[in-house]
Amino acid sequence: MSALEELRKVAEKIYVDLLNSRIPSIELPARTKSNIVFDERHRVWKYGKQNIKRSAVTLAGAYMLLRTIYTIDFIKEMIEKNKTSTLRELYYISESWGEAKFNSQDESDKLAEDLEIITKKLREDFKLRPEEDGARVIGDIVIEEVTRKGEKRRIHCQDDVGDAGYGIPYNVEKEKLRFVEVNADKIIAVETGGMFDRLVENRFDEKSNSVLVHLKGQPARSTRRFLKRLNEELNLPVIVFTDGDPWSYRIYASVAYGAIKTAHISEYLATPSAQFLGVTPSDILNYDLPSDELTQEDINALKAELNDPRFQDDFWVNEIKLQLEINKKAEQQALAKYGLDYVTDVYLPEKLAEMGYEI
Amino acid sequence: MPIAEELAKKQKEISIAEFFERNKQILGFDSLTRALITCVKEAVDNALDACEEAGILPDIFVKIEEHDGEYKVIVEDNGPGIVKSQIPHVFGRLLYGSRFHSLKQSRGQQGIGISAAVLYSQLTTGKPATIISKIGEGFPAHKIQLMIDTKKNLPRILKDEMVHWKKKSGTRVELFVKGKYVKHRKQSVYGYLRSTAIVNPHAQITFIEPDGNKIVFERAVDKLPKQPKEIKPHPHGIELGTLLKMLKDTKAQKLSSFLAREFSSISLQKAREIVKVAGVEDVSPQQLKLEDAKKILEAFKKVKIMAPPTDCLSPIGEALIKKGLRKETMQLSPEFISTDTRQPSVFSGIPFMVETGIVYGGDLPKEERVEILRFANRVPLLYQEGDCVITEAIKNIDWRRYGLEQKGGKGIPYGPAIILVHVASVNIPFTSESKEAIAHIDEIEKEIKLSLQQCARKMRVHLSKKERRKKAKNKFLLISKILPELARKSAEIVGKPTPPIDDVITQIMNIVWIEDEIVSKDGVAESRIKITNYKRKPQKFILYAEIPSKEKIVEVEPQPLEVRERVIKWNVDLKPVEKAEYVFKVKVDDEEFDENNLYVLGIDPVNVIGAEKWEGEE
Repeated sequence: MSALEELRKVAEKIYVDLLNSRIPSIELPARTKSNIVFDERHRVWKYGKQNIKRSAVTLAGAYMLLRTIYTIDFIKEMIEKNKTSTLRELYYISESWGEAKFNSQDESDKLAEDLEIITKKLREDFKLRPEEDGARVIGDIVIEEVTRKGEKRRIHCQDDVGDAGYGIPYNVEKEKLRFVEVNADKIIAVETGGMFDRLVENRFDEKSNSVLVHLKGQPARSTRRFLKRLNEELNLPVIVFTDGDPWSYRIYASVAYGAIKTAHISEYLATPSAQFLGVTPSDILNYDLPSDELTQEDINALKAELNDPRFQDDFWVNEIKLQLEINKKAEQQALAKYGLDYVTDVYLPEKLAEMGYEI
Repeated sequence: MPIAEELAKKQKEISIAEFFERNKQILGFDSLTRALITCVKEAVDNALDACEEAGILPDIFVKIEEHDGEYKVIVEDNGPGIVKSQIPHVFGRLLYGSRFHSLKQSRGQQGIGISAAVLYSQLTTGKPATIISKIGEGFPAHKIQLMIDTKKNLPRILKDEMVHWKKKSGTRVELFVKGKYVKHRKQSVYGYLRSTAIVNPHAQITFIEPDGNKIVFERAVDKLPKQPKEIKPHPHGIELGTLLKMLKDTKAQKLSSFLAREFSSISLQKAREIVKVAGVEDVSPQQLKLEDAKKILEAFKKVKIMAPPTDCLSPIGEALIKKGLRKETMQLSPEFISTDTRQPSVFSGIPFMVETGIVYGGDLPKEERVEILRFANRVPLLYQEGDCVITEAIKNIDWRRYGLEQKGGKGIPYGPAIILVHVASVNIPFTSESKEAIAHIDEIEKEIKLSLQQCARKMRVHLSKKERRKKAKNKFLLISKILPELARKSAEIVGKPTPPIDDVITQIMNIVWIEDEIVSKDGVAESRIKITNYKRKPQKFILYAEIPSKEKIVEVEPQPLEVRERVIKWNVDLKPVEKAEYVFKVKVDDEEFDENNLYVLGIDPVNVIGAEKWEGEE
């Protein structure tokens, strides 16, 4: 069934409820930490069986339904006119919807995800695209991209790009992007721009024969999908290198296991085999890194992770407990304590060797 | 009394200036800020007392000017004035005219009097006090400048002249003092006057601050409070020292007649019984010894004695406290004010009564501790909040039950509220001579708690009504706007005609909805009660609306089933989604009528929003 037909079914459910004197409602999975379960087949975390009901019996529920209906109408119009809009534009468009107007972009973004979940389609099918641009890539790989002029262009991600690297487009599906040739043997996904640039300047992509991908904090869907495709289609292992704090562990978790927010498309975005390189709390001790004390928010986040099903293995439980004990966190760039080349000459080679990659 | 005795004893040895210096704190002059407040307070308390005793509605003018680091305090009233010969004694002698045995609810119980302010002025600036007074039309006004001879505790008149004064009668005091003027807090001249205005709504107070800013605390009521009556001491409240002094001072010939004459609640017969139980001879009181006095005190405990009369107290009254609070919190537009006045009660033979008020909501700060306004005999208590039984009583109430925040259900609550407590008594038991905190007397604490709980219950009812009204409003928005839009838009997408939604509306609402409003105009309050049946079935029940009183009714629409003294009764019979309106108009004068109390009978109250279950007689 097409996205349009799926969306029409949602509107029809509300219409039929009203016609039969039932209070209109729609059901969808609860998008909470307590409702994610491990999918053995795909080895990712997905939504469980807990459903919530959005019903017009409450004012908040009725508002949600009305916004849903208006959003469906808007998407229908875009599909018919062959247009796309950004999520931000969707939010602003709703200004003219009277009572159905969104109060914040958070609401409209979340509704777009809700519709993905209900219809089992992707927001790209709804002609909605994110604001966030994809991250940067440098490494020995040749990509073929269909440009907006419709031409196929081959890009070597070392020779054909500047120091900023190749930019990942928002659509990374096969009709847009193809991997032509690869000589690198692994992917290193880096959280911060500063560290990415350090590795580029030190030519670590060449030295370690890796594709370097900048995650830009919590990675965009397209970045995660890009990593997933590289991993699946080219069999390249994915190694994640982040700061040593609870927020960075969540970045890793969203790459490896899927994010709670997008658990409905985890098998499409997550790379279950992704490995965490560091900075680990043990690294803070072993490398005697400059560190900051944990804030109350950090401590709360770490404790929440101890209850997060995605972190229930020995490695994470031990590391998180250690971190709470030493009460310290460190940034990737703290490695500069030992000089600018230390990270590429000592730290990464040592850590990669531990993980079985010889450089 | 201790001050007086101490003073009397020491007067011979040390000058009153020294005494003053040593007892600054007790007298209320221990800081520059407080000294300035005390000066204003003594003068204003005197002015209010004088006006009320003379039956004049007080019109008080207070001005503070700054002159070269000193403050000039001017307090002027429209009272009866003071005869010329008395002026030097009232203003120029410490403790003159204090009535040691007088038991009467009066402001004068507090502080040491205006002469202390005169002395403070003289000691800090070296300048004399100026008093102008006029006792009536046709009389001249006298302007007297005086100082206190600190060695002899006697007034020294520096200047005495007759002046022209337009006022019919009144007194004006001018003092130069060292002080510190502060704004924007409770412990300030403004804070004191504002509090005074709240509990004295019959007074008009005009205040001009040092920077020229003029504030008028408007009069809210044209009726003077009932004059409190003087009563004799009750045997249960008497101390040995006082009894000995009374025995010495009395003109009674025999002990029994002394008891009957000098005490309240003792008849001659009862007096004889006391004498007998005490085992003391019924002789001239002057002949009795310390041992006899002790026996008499013991007998007071053994013999059954009636409680003291309580009609000697003059409460402010619920309606007036409400008016006072409303007037002085108007700029905060509070959403609710409740007040309560308890019946008089007694501790140790001393009559007292408690009144309270709570102001809630509006622009009052939501995250801060509630503001506490404490009063003793209509005088604001500004200092020593932590030592006062009022504060203790507030701390010992679980305010969480009434919609305020409080850690662990103890301590001073947090939330957008002002709590007012007034204790009136013929003898307020202060913790110390500074008279800023009321002592911990179980009976008083209990009365304060009971009264505050009564106020808080009314607040709770109001808050839950508000909550339900908000819910009802949300539901109304849902069914009147969102649902029709949902029907229209979903039908449009599906390409079919808009479905009817009445049935879904009754399912979503599933209640009988009662809305009401009161509009007051020209002394008539019009109350409109709108009822909509949002149940799926027809509803039949009886509606009760509270009214101030039967004879105040001007109009009732439609024909009621019955009109009783305090309630109107209607039959309601509505089909699904049917609406009806019930209206009544009542005359309102002094009594406030700003909130409907509606009740229903013959329908499960959970199915009704906007009315409670009728518990009264059918």
